[in-house]
Amino acid sequence: MYLSNHDQSLLNGAHGDGAAMAARILVESAKLLGAERLIDVASAHIDGCLYHGDSGVHFAEALVSGKARVSVDTTLNVGALDLLNPRNVHLDDHRRDMAFRLMKAHEDMGCRSSWTCAPYQAGHRPAVGQNIAWGESNAVVFANSVLGARTNRYGDFLDICCAITGRAPETGLHLSDNRRAQIVVDITGLSTELLATDAFYPVLGAWYGRTLGEAIGVIDGLPENTGEDRLKALGAAAASSGAVGLFHAVGLTPEAPDLETALAGEKPIETIRITSEMMRAARDRLSTTSSGKVDAIAVGSPHFSLEEFRALVRALAGRRSALPFYACTGRHAIEALEREGLRVPLEASGIILVADTCVVVTPILQGIDGVLMTNSGKFAHYAPGNTGYSVLYSSLTDCVETAVAGRLIRDEEHWQ
Amino acid sequence: MKGEVLIRGQVLVEGRGSGPLLVLTAPISFWGGVDPASGRIIDVRHPEHGRSIGGMALALPGTIGSSSSASVMLELIASGHAPAALLLAEVDAILLLGSIVAREMSHTPPPALRLDGAGFASLSGQTHATVGVDGQLSF
Repeated sequence: MYLSNHDQSLLNGAHGDGAAMAARILVESAKLLGAERLIDVASAHIDGCLYHGDSGVHFAEALVSGKARVSVDTTLNVGALDLLNPRNVHLDDHRRDMAFRLMKAHEDMGCRSSWTCAPYQAGHRPAVGQNIAWGESNAVVFANSVLGARTNRYGDFLDICCAITGRAPETGLHLSDNRRAQIVVDITGLSTELLATDAFYPVLGAWYGRTLGEAIGVIDGLPENTGEDRLKALGAAAASSGAVGLFHAVGLTPEAPDLETALAGEKPIETIRITSEMMRAARDRLSTTSSGKVDAIAVGSPHFSLEEFRALVRALAGRRSALPFYACTGRHAIEALEREGLRVPLEASGIILVADTCVVVTPILQGIDGVLMTNSGKFAHYAPGNTGYSVLYSSLTDCVETAVAGRLIRDEEHWQ
Repeated sequence: MKGEVLIRGQVLVEGRGSGPLLVLTAPISFWGGVDPASGRIIDVRHPEHGRSIGGMALALPGTIGSSSSASVMLELIASGHAPAALLLAEVDAILLLGSIVAREMSHTPPPALRLDGAGFASLSGQTHATVGVDGQLSF
């Protein structure tokens, strides 16, 4: 593997022990990935600040004690604590202490205290074609697909090593040839009513991730006014059910102005025509129960945007939730809510605002079982394993109506 | 006990390891799919839900999902609940990063081999697998 003079000096410890450790891990990984050299990255987003156990904390603190600092603009993904409202999280003292040490170690390395899985909605917007090193599967998909920046799925540890060295292995989605769509997902046969339903996007994403995995697909037939929040929901669901790092959407994403461009002029290896039956089956798979009893509602994976909060306020229409209703978001959105005077009506409706973290990465829900209703494909995927709750997937409107009524209400229209 | 050497895999992480063979029948995300504290498979939608991967020669047809899987691997190694060996159908750099970091932190990661299609198919019907030197795999 070719190493530049700068890479060598990092490895030799000229930039400190922490940077040398980061460079060693980076080079080892690059070899595993089959990369021939490293390239510069313009920014990083770090997933490794979420507490999974003490070893991760010791790793980050080893970097800090080796005087490691990030060398590019770096945002932080969620931690295991809500630093704005600590009582939201029910961790024992040891875990709380370790989770805090992990978050602090990342701040000490010069990362921005963004604490969000939607950094792209918190002012971190790399340019089309820019090489970056991002972690957090939904953020990776969004950066690649919607922003047209170039990143692989950088896992915990490698993300911070890239941020410290400013380098990443030249492989995978950094290379143009690997970004070409090979499979066409044709959704032109679906009804415009279904495409106008917010709950459709995570369902399409969940189907896409499970079916395509790492293969690069192009979706043909999404409405030209499909907003960023819907692409965010689609990508997040795709990345939780499969190893999706990039999708194209004709007329919507930067590398797919038209089908031919997304395919780079070549024939697709497969075209899959989506039917409403396929989407209904994918939707049903997002739920693990059909129980009429709901114990809690959670929204905001990825973190709710200001726009999504506006929709929540409209749906609530001043009514109060009879169930615990968690809305997970970043502090960037909390500030916007306060600026727009929306925090007061949300809290008056009983909405519990969770910042810096979310309900599937740290104990927030009451107890270890129950039924959680959500409009998030990602929460639907991870809640059963991570919280013990069964999950019911439905639209934001259904979540709100269920919350207000205190019993399950679902609108089946458009799915038939 | 020394088994017959049947195949040789590509060495991804060096080392030796031996354990009962567990071949997962579907890809898994370690984060959200495996409990880092116990090594148990907690993804309720996974066919091997409830089994433990600790101490097993674990064969993975593929991995999916979260980029936090490296953390789960590191914690499994540090807590002694890691598989005894990893047999991968595809190189998974996210998962193996947990092994690389474990070594930096002075732990011993399980050996990891990549098997080709024929190699992976030969696991069928086996109950115990041993990874030896130079990527040798015996049953």
